[in-house]
Amino acid sequence: MSLISTLARLEAVATGHAQPAATVRHRHLSDRPLVFVPLTTAGEAGAPLGALLGTDRDAPRLLVVPQPRDRDLRFAFLAELADVVLPYVDGYAEAVEAAERTETDPETGKRVKVEAELCADAPQLIVPSRAGIDFVRLLGRSMRFRRTAEQDPETPYPAPPRVPLLGRWLTHVGERARVPGSALLLAMTDVLARHWATGQSSLEDQHLGALLAWIAPPDDEPGTEAALRAELARDAQGQLLCPPAGPATDPAFDNRLLAPAIERYDRARTAFAAAEDGLEADDRLGALTAAEREIRDLVLSRTLPTWQKVWQGLDLLRALPAGAHIEERWTRDRWSFTGHRDRITAGEPPQPRRDDAVTAAGKLAAREREQARLEAQEALDDPLVMAGRRLSGEAFAGEVTDVVMAYSESRRPSPRPLITVRTGDRPHLAERVRVYRSLSGKPQAAEFVERAGDDLIVLRIVDKMGRGKTPEEGSVPDKGDPVCFTLFEHEQRGGAKLPDPEQTPWTHGGPPGEAVLPEADPMTAEDLL
Amino acid sequence: MPPPRTRGTALRHRLAELRGTDVPAKAMDARALAALAANPGCERRAILDGAGVDKAALASALGAPSAFGQSQFALVRGNAFEAKAKADGGAELLRLVHEKLDRGAEPPARAHVPDLSAIGPEGRSARTALALREAVEARDWTLLDHPMLALDVAGSPAFLEPDAVVVHPDGSWTVVEIKSFPMLDGSADPAKVGAAARQAAVYVLALEQVAARLAPAPRVRHQVLLVCPKDFSNLPTASAVDVRKQRAVTGRQLARLTRIQDIADALPENTCFSPELPAAELTAAVESVPAAYAPECLSACELAFHCRDRSRAAGAVTSLGRAVRAELGGLATVGDVLAAAGGETGDPDDPAVAALRRAAELRAEALGRRAVGEAVPCR
Repeated sequence: MSLISTLARLEAVATGHAQPAATVRHRHLSDRPLVFVPLTTAGEAGAPLGALLGTDRDAPRLLVVPQPRDRDLRFAFLAELADVVLPYVDGYAEAVEAAERTETDPETGKRVKVEAELCADAPQLIVPSRAGIDFVRLLGRSMRFRRTAEQDPETPYPAPPRVPLLGRWLTHVGERARVPGSALLLAMTDVLARHWATGQSSLEDQHLGALLAWIAPPDDEPGTEAALRAELARDAQGQLLCPPAGPATDPAFDNRLLAPAIERYDRARTAFAAAEDGLEADDRLGALTAAEREIRDLVLSRTLPTWQKVWQGLDLLRALPAGAHIEERWTRDRWSFTGHRDRITAGEPPQPRRDDAVTAAGKLAAREREQARLEAQEALDDPLVMAGRRLSGEAFAGEVTDVVMAYSESRRPSPRPLITVRTGDRPHLAERVRVYRSLSGKPQAAEFVERAGDDLIVLRIVDKMGRGKTPEEGSVPDKGDPVCFTLFEHEQRGGAKLPDPEQTPWTHGGPPGEAVLPEADPMTAEDLL
Repeated sequence: MPPPRTRGTALRHRLAELRGTDVPAKAMDARALAALAANPGCERRAILDGAGVDKAALASALGAPSAFGQSQFALVRGNAFEAKAKADGGAELLRLVHEKLDRGAEPPARAHVPDLSAIGPEGRSARTALALREAVEARDWTLLDHPMLALDVAGSPAFLEPDAVVVHPDGSWTVVEIKSFPMLDGSADPAKVGAAARQAAVYVLALEQVAARLAPAPRVRHQVLLVCPKDFSNLPTASAVDVRKQRAVTGRQLARLTRIQDIADALPENTCFSPELPAAELTAAVESVPAAYAPECLSACELAFHCRDRSRAAGAVTSLGRAVRAELGGLATVGDVLAAAGGETGDPDDPAVAALRRAAELRAEALGRRAVGEAVPCR
């Protein structure tokens, strides 16, 4: 955490209100995101309890597993989930635009541009907290290797159709969420905490209710008190007024409300199964439906407050002006989405349990590159972020006090003007260090020449001035112009090229071999997880 | 005439007084020890745990109840999984220990599972020590199911109950930790594995104390076996976890713990932490021992909400995180920092103060320009 954000937190403590940690919005927000508020059963690895999801804040869809330990009910839940999520995802797969992509020509080995399809927009999933992202990944992992009866008629517990497909999509967005700056899957707490500094620690910021209590306290109450209430206040029954954002539930809820309700449901189901004639069965079916209804109400009561908070968070974020570079990063997300759509259409097998060496190295390199890109773009988009970089000596801003025309010493001299910048910043400049400024969106480079005084820095501009002997209009700052130079590059170059997976050296496990459909997880005979 | 009291019994007597007469002592478990070792500067936690005070009850009595609790679903699942992992007289568990930790040894044919029942923790730990010695002499695989180990913590004994300890044919000992979080494709949640490793490290330390009393001292393995459900099933799978680092850290922290005796001596006469007392009296008693609150306490200590209130009321910057405290130099309260940043107080030659003022200027500049609706040009 930089000193500037620490200061923002301290101001938040002093004022009782969250303070801005950004002046623009740094993440793309879809016009029609799919908000997903899942709940899980404590202690179980893959036993969802229910979920509230949808794209319309006034009409969420409630899905509930009345007995999470029952395999059939879990499958029914996943099938319903697929019925909501997949049409939403597919809705973005159709509309495409023509785009260009650089590929390596297999014959010449040169990088060439090829025509490609790019989906015009991409789906966006929003979960309440970081634990929700992990849960999306877990759901994806639990589903993508399942076999449907169509794929394998012998499989003992066939999954409903489309469930493996949902698993692949959730895995994809879950993996994408590891890429810095991506927005296919966002955790509301992370995005809010990126834009506001609260008067509590970053650990406490992971509680969506407490975080919102600082950012938008009801009735302008001090954030400390509102957050404390969100964290701890309980009703007469001992239940939290602001239920945790999940997927884990509050133990008091599990023990006092959910467990008895599930027990009643189990009893009603046993009684229904034991009914001896139609009339009795009718009666008992009524009891069973009522028991199920009760569990649905319980799940709704725990997910609805979180659902509303996620939408409230979206409102707050949408009120911020969009950063200039988020569209560019969203385009990368669209490429990612399009790529996965194509892999599915091409009939490729689901993502493997473990990546091969080349894929893993590629993913890591991409994440590092995107991290650097994100840091640079956020600084360029947002003066408050740039202030942090200036404080740490990675950038400086000031006014041009002098411009001296100079030329390079080559046969055909090109302009190399010297400019003097007066700045109060203390950048870490060594001889001939390159610095960059943004010139109508493109980086212009300059070299550090010398310090002409305590606060005077002399730079030599080296590019983006056109081909002529005189620099193009506007490409060299004038005396009195405000400028801001960074020591970091604005655009990220890709690292060294990795070999194709087929060319993996034996030191790294050798080529992965034919892509085969990975084995499904074995099912245990008993219906416990 | 009362019998002459040794230092040990005197301390025990004093701790019982602190806990309150007729209040049963709460045993210290490995999880509490690991948490204590994670925050060794907290005297409050050290004395309360040392005296066996029920911190959850104390927190409720103080009006800041803890938010800890376990869901019965998790409890049922955890117990069912542990029973499954130990089924068939521990045959599967020993097979896993053999496969993951000791492949060179004879595969376990049948498990010796000695009976460890005895009366009271002292009795059980003595019985465990005996069973361990016999197992070493037997030169065969032995499984100790829920043994009891005594560990000296800052001058008073804590009794610990690992899930299992396995004695190898070569006489070495392995701690087995059974957890019900899943191991997915061979990897588990790093935070949970870390917690399990810290907990296991405490058991390793306790076992080493037992081993040191035998001649020749058997080896306590520094790799523990972590047993978890495989993927989405309830079948046990296991992984060897090296706890050398956690053992070294925990050992060092436990040694550093201010002796409970010294903390107890520094307390005013008649101090008592009984939850029966009125809240005001109790608050005064708790306040008489200094605490070292940091946000990490929220997930490790029942008293954290009380300490957080106090820390916030005092304006301590640590309530925003330990890292915050580290970068602010000598400035420890919110008021001091903001005053220094605003130029009202502080020595401008102090690098921390100078950096703070610069940060405040830059922040105001970035936000001020936004207020009049123009972005800082970056050209």
